[in-house]
Amino acid sequence: MEIFKLIMLSTLAVVMIISAVMAILSKEMPLAILASGAISLLASIFFLVLASPDVAMTEAAIGAGLTTFLFFIILRKTEQNKSEHEK
Amino acid sequence: MLVLLFGIFLFQILRLYHTQETLNPTAAYYNTNTPSEVGAANVVTAIVVTYRGLDTLGEVTVLFLTAMILGYILRQGGREKTEKDTTSEILITAAKVLIPGSIVLGVYVFINGHLTPGGGFQGGAIIGTAITLMILADPLHSLRAALLHFVESMSGFFYIVIGLAGLIFAGGFLDNRILPAGQLGDLFSAGAIPLIYSLIGLKVGTEISSIISNINETGNNTVKL
Amino acid sequence: MSITIDKVALVLGMILMLVGLWGGFTRTNLLKIILSFSIFDTGLNILIVALGYLPGRTAPIIDGVVVAADNLATRAIDPVPQALVLTAIVIGFGVTALMLVYAMKLNQHRKSLDINHYTDLKW
Repeated sequence: MEIFKLIMLSTLAVVMIISAVMAILSKEMPLAILASGAISLLASIFFLVLASPDVAMTEAAIGAGLTTFLFFIILRKTEQNKSEHEK
Repeated sequence: MLVLLFGIFLFQILRLYHTQETLNPTAAYYNTNTPSEVGAANVVTAIVVTYRGLDTLGEVTVLFLTAMILGYILRQGGREKTEKDTTSEILITAAKVLIPGSIVLGVYVFINGHLTPGGGFQGGAIIGTAITLMILADPLHSLRAALLHFVESMSGFFYIVIGLAGLIFAGGFLDNRILPAGQLGDLFSAGAIPLIYSLIGLKVGTEISSIISNINETGNNTVKL
Repeated sequence: MSITIDKVALVLGMILMLVGLWGGFTRTNLLKIILSFSIFDTGLNILIVALGYLPGRTAPIIDGVVVAADNLATRAIDPVPQALVLTAIVIGFGVTALMLVYAMKLNQHRKSLDINHYTDLKW
């Protein structure tokens, strides 16, 4: 049981680090925002395996849901503004 | 270069860390005395609402200040003339099913905060997400801002009133022994914890909704800061 | 040195914090900088929760597993870091919302999201 948890957490950790680096280095903004949403979701799984269900629920609701949505709505507002300026 | 220095600092923490085997005395006290003193089955809820209730008051203040500042800054831009966007049919149909279910789930989560994992902040975030879906699915349907402000202010006001009632009737500020602590595991147990957490949940939900609706309706006038 | 779950989480939290800091210092797009701070927040929360884990024990809630009320001291993990991280996540969301709205307002003024264009405060 312990070795299974260890393998799963190590795999998730590698995926999280790769998506963090991808979020910073990518040229398109929607890809970066989705990568940070994926990081929050995998962090919620981490919190569950570390025996804290309260924190997992909070991170899943606020990190993976509301923060990603907030980034997208601000991105839309700034794109609108830029395209108006270039007209 | 700064990152390298910070990395060395963190590595030193890693070297000195060893996995604990027994609880340290603070955690042992919280774990053994919560069912008898507070009567809640969820120890984390008991810590957040009663033992460290003043920190929760600070957090509620920070959220309230954030919502107020954003409302002030975004009103200066003027209201945007919303033209009719064509939202997709799938979104409108799915929203009709998902929104009532999400609101009921959010209310369930913050009412049962002292029995199962959950509580005010989680339930408030779920309600905020449901109202955000409502804004997305129907852009012309402007939320009644007066209702949101009324619910938010009343929740904050009653939170302080319950805290002061704890000061008058029982041990200290935000004490939960003003209501009887029933059987461990019942819905109406643990004193005033369900009431306090419900108010916090409503407050957080309406704050998040008002932030999103303000961002959505702001215009493009540049403000003279 | 045995490898347990919380050591893996500890190392991951530290690496996420370092990645977030590095992104915050080297990127020029304002939204990328705010995204890096959000990653830094997530790494910090993982670090704090990993410090409170005891191996072989379960969550601090009385239910079917931890049945009696006096079993908690021997069968449950530390509840204090979880209470602190609960508050920290919500406040992190509030700070990110404020930063994003300020970025939008700055964009309305100068029509650019590049921080090299905002040099008013440089001496």
